[in-house]
Amino acid sequence: MPTLKMILNGQEVFVDVEAGDLLADVLRDRLGLIGTKISCGEGECGACTVLVDGKAVDSCLYPALKVQGREVVTIEGLGEDNRLDPIQQAFVDKTAPQCGYCIPGMVISAKALLDENPHPTRQEIEEGISGNLCRCTGYYQIIEAIELAAERLAEKGGPK
Amino acid sequence: MWDEYLLPASLDEALEMLEGHGGEARIIAGGTDLVLQSQRGQCPAKVMVDITRIPGLDHIEERDGLIYIGAQVTHGRVAASPLMRSRAGVLVEACGSVGGPQIRNVGTLVGNVVNALPAADGAIALFALDAEVEVAERAGRRWTPIATLYAGVGLCTVDPCAAMITQLRFRALGKGEAGAFERLAKRRALVLPILNAAAIVGLKGNKVERARIAIGPVAQTPFVAAEAAEALVGRTPDEDRISRVAQLAAQAAQPRDSLLRGSAEYRKVMAGVLVRRALWRAVEAASLQEGEDANS
Repeated sequence: MPTLKMILNGQEVFVDVEAGDLLADVLRDRLGLIGTKISCGEGECGACTVLVDGKAVDSCLYPALKVQGREVVTIEGLGEDNRLDPIQQAFVDKTAPQCGYCIPGMVISAKALLDENPHPTRQEIEEGISGNLCRCTGYYQIIEAIELAAERLAEKGGPK
Repeated sequence: MWDEYLLPASLDEALEMLEGHGGEARIIAGGTDLVLQSQRGQCPAKVMVDITRIPGLDHIEERDGLIYIGAQVTHGRVAASPLMRSRAGVLVEACGSVGGPQIRNVGTLVGNVVNALPAADGAIALFALDAEVEVAERAGRRWTPIATLYAGVGLCTVDPCAAMITQLRFRALGKGEAGAFERLAKRRALVLPILNAAAIVGLKGNKVERARIAIGPVAQTPFVAAEAAEALVGRTPDEDRISRVAQLAAQAAQPRDSLLRGSAEYRKVMAGVLVRRALWRAVEAASLQEGEDANS
């Protein structure tokens, strides 16, 4: 079995994987990080979104060994101790989640967007989460949450 | 799925790996289509040779009036490139409409071509741009027109178990030239197109000097409406002329009835609409650009 080495949520991780494993399966089944969801399994819903070297990717379509030596951030990597990340807190404050299944992917996509573009327009937010499907909310509260997160992050001097 | 996943550090090493596995190994870049094909048993390769760590394949650059795009360049990078915006806006529009951000961050433009699907947004724009691709084999490298890669739906003449495409090139759009891309789909993201069309127009004064139209998926391969485009050359691109040319393009297109994409009848009409919109925007952008140059 090949050994995969990556920086996962800020920590160096070594994990034995099958060559054919996908990143989502390694995160969930081998590392127990079940915050990353699998829904469609074919890159159409974004529930499995994680960051690889800062870019949002669908981990259900991503060969695990592609992240050899790379940096991966999952929903578990956001916030610290018992404090939510400002993006997560904004989702709570705006009641953005309903069933919640799409939310880890939404939050990661929002993070990718705000890290790159701290002051997005509404249209840029819509584009930023256009790779994530939500069947409950109609997206309005999610978009408002990302707007709120952007405002709060700007007050604090930017993301991260 | 595959049994081995290799990360070569050079092009030669990648080609050696292919050769060493005698047809059992194939090239993978982003893998956004390939992973699904492998899961569905449509890709028999046992070994994946990932080219995304090879230096020298990640360029988007202009040399002597030609744009070169390396095999690692994703749709997202094309869509965000200022150089591409100013020199090949049609490709920016096409690449920006593929999948969603997560897919565009991973899937490559060259992969879009290798897949050889007649609906591929990036490929349609590249057909309008009359692109060429560089094929690397053990015997050496060669350039070939993009159309020579297409042998049918999903059939690429470059065998990914023996060779790879290293880069693309096409002439940068210059003074008085512009392109536009139009797409018809059920949603604005994460869906395959019902139809797409790309148009390039070059103006001199108020006459069209050069025009090219590509439409997908209306044939087994990306379709270039050459006769329709020819009917625009030497003419003033007014509303009447553009509508006539768009109609010619639609007549030449041969969409099939599709449960996924709609009836042939509907799509034939809509092909004309998309081509008209694309031509109109291309003409507007080209004349604006010619005006700017004249003023500068």
